[in-house]
Amino acid sequence: MQVSFVLLFLAAIGTLAFVFARHRAIASVDGDARRLHSLPTYYGLNGLIVSLVPALALLIGWMLLQPLFLERAIRGDLSRAALREGTTMSLVVSDVRRVADGLESGLLAQDFTASDFAEATPAEVGAMLMQGGTALGAPLTQPVLDAAKDYRATSRTLRWIMGIAVLAVAVIGAAIAIHRSEGTFRARNVVEKGVLALLMASASIAILTTLGIVMSMLFETANFFSQYPFTRFFFNATWQPSFSGRGGASELGILPLLWGTLYISFIALIVAVPIGLFSAIYLSEYAGRAFRSVAKPAIEILAGIPTIVYGLFALITVGPLLRDAIASPLGLGNSASSVMTAGLVMGIMLIPFVSSLSDDIINAVPQAMRDGSLGLGATKSETIRQVIVPAALPGIVGAILLAASRAIGETMIVVLGAGAAARLDLNPFEAMTTVTVKIVSQLTGDTDFNSPETLVAFALGLTLFVITLGLNVLALFIVRKYREQYE
Amino acid sequence: MNDMRHMERAVRVDTTKIAARDVQVFYGDTHAIKNVSVDIPDKTVTAFIGPSGCGKSTFLRCLNRMNDTISTARVEGHIEIDGEDIYDRRVDPVQLRAKVGMVFQKPNPFPKSIYDNVAYGPRIHGLARDRADLDGIVEKALRRAALWEEVKDRLSAAGTGLSGGQQQRLCIARAVATSPEILLMDEPCSALDPIATDQVENLIHELRENYSVVIVTHSMSQASRVSQKTAYFHLGELVEYGETGQIFTNPQDMRTENYITGRIG
Ligand SMILES: Nc1ncnc2c1ncn2[C@@H]1O[C@H](COP(=O)(O)OP(=O)(O)O)[C@@H](O)[C@H]1O
Ligand SMILES: [Mg+2]
Repeated sequence: MQVSFVLLFLAAIGTLAFVFARHRAIASVDGDARRLHSLPTYYGLNGLIVSLVPALALLIGWMLLQPLFLERAIRGDLSRAALREGTTMSLVVSDVRRVADGLESGLLAQDFTASDFAEATPAEVGAMLMQGGTALGAPLTQPVLDAAKDYRATSRTLRWIMGIAVLAVAVIGAAIAIHRSEGTFRARNVVEKGVLALLMASASIAILTTLGIVMSMLFETANFFSQYPFTRFFFNATWQPSFSGRGGASELGILPLLWGTLYISFIALIVAVPIGLFSAIYLSEYAGRAFRSVAKPAIEILAGIPTIVYGLFALITVGPLLRDAIASPLGLGNSASSVMTAGLVMGIMLIPFVSSLSDDIINAVPQAMRDGSLGLGATKSETIRQVIVPAALPGIVGAILLAASRAIGETMIVVLGAGAAARLDLNPFEAMTTVTVKIVSQLTGDTDFNSPETLVAFALGLTLFVITLGLNVLALFIVRKYREQYE
Repeated sequence: MNDMRHMERAVRVDTTKIAARDVQVFYGDTHAIKNVSVDIPDKTVTAFIGPSGCGKSTFLRCLNRMNDTISTARVEGHIEIDGEDIYDRRVDPVQLRAKVGMVFQKPNPFPKSIYDNVAYGPRIHGLARDRADLDGIVEKALRRAALWEEVKDRLSAAGTGLSGGQQQRLCIARAVATSPEILLMDEPCSALDPIATDQVENLIHELRENYSVVIVTHSMSQASRVSQKTAYFHLGELVEYGETGQIFTNPQDMRTENYITGRIG
């Protein structure tokens, strides 16, 4: 049974449960809704929840588990004999799955009928699949075809069982809910719990996804460290991957990349923090309402510009300008891509992050603080320097740390502005590169997903993640501490 | 008892400290203060009473030009302190506010240490020669605000960590530390419990020795306890102004009488 049909039936059952539960509740008090414990709609919603939630949970669980189950079944089916030289079990299993899916979609599109392929040879079936758009890596063999047919049959049966089970659960739920819809039943409380569960589920999806990402990174990173020594990754000062085929061992030291990341972020913050902070102070303390209402959104638009656009700006305008105006005359290098270029442009990108957050934080400093200071005969700028900024400082630091974690994660501006050469150097007019850029370059192109040269991307990513997570936690901690001050 | 107070008041008829003539205040189009003229004597406590929204705070804020910080506010008329027009172009409002201290409705200590709160004004105005001098000023101000004994062992603790009453006395100490001549208090006890209120009221009694105090209050009993002069405001007008005893026992205007006897407000 198609999942979409199941969903359609479920919707129908849910609607009926709603209508009947509501109706029965009203009937149980002879039409006088005031005698019900809850408003009639709550009885209806209760019907909807009790009939649909368990059924949907079953549906989702089933759909997650069925592929795992089927895969185990195939592995059992296929003897070692089916494995040819140069393939692995997982490749064969995915071939089987692809053939089965191809057959299924071919049937759906009515390219052929079930009897067409029941007796066909593997080669004929391969041709039929080709027509349907399913390309196979290797020529189809008999064991794989058999397994695929099996797979298809089992999967169909399971789908049917699933559909029936889900609908049965829904019907039972609906029956229970309708049966319970009496005047004294506390439907409102049940709905309340349902709402709570919904909210909790949403929150946990966000958390679980993050956890999932971290887990997969951890897994791949562990994989990497089993092929490449831990100490060489963290303490080696050269980054020189050699791609498979060209031979030679790779040097995969993170230090030059980390250095580039920190150097560029540092310059970016040197640019963004004063400008952002001063503009926030101007906007919140000095600017008139009319100017503020125009300027604040205008600055925030900067935050909406895609970073690739900033990257182009760095590549085409800022880089050559810096080279011709400063670096070449001073003999500091002839490269248009440089740490300085990327840092400056990234700094511009970060201004709205610093200014917008700081502005909110400065505005949150109670007016009473300003009155108190002005009332003592302080000038406006004394008030800002001695009362408002110190009061807002933890929040401002939080804003700066958030900007820093943006800077550390930035890729596009660096590729276009600072280049891709991993280098440990103090000269800000040299091309350098960052962790993020190398993650991209290690994963693009013709790569073998099991070599240290590729897997290093995950270790780099995890390192970056740990750094930015640390910064974010620190920022949150500081901001939270600040909030307590005025409560 | 009442007679004795009257005697005391009679003795204390002093020179005029603040003279306001035909003061008008507008917030945009709202006419918040209408034609107010009043003479506030030195070394007295003057209470402003009246229903809320009648303009007491607005008028108080005219006296140290705090209304300048509100962009929509516009002040007209003439206000003199010690014979000098405070709205004259040559007067620096910042300097003026050092001379006319202000205590607000809600205690608003800065998120700094107790010491730094009190030292804030003296530091800004350069009143102390050295650290020892500043220590002396801080101690004197805290003593004057009757807070010294409670906080002398924790001057470096946060001012925001004190209780409400202590915070308000800290704010008074902060205002006193710049040695103002006039102290404006806008409902200084409205956020305090009765015990803290009592402490602040005692303090006001003592402050009268050195300052001219103007206090806005919505508590009639407080006005009669702490003040020698009372001004009754109504819808932006100054309805009646006179000796506190006389205003409370024998008001001349119906509106004052109604307010005092609890029929409006
Ligand atoms: N910042 C302001 N902007 C506009 N109107 C104000 C402002 N402050 C006070 N007002 C208005 O001025 C009038 C007097 O207010 P206020 O002086 O605060 O009264 P009170 O202190 O006696 O309760 C009120 O009508 C109030 O709405
Ligand atoms: Mg007021």
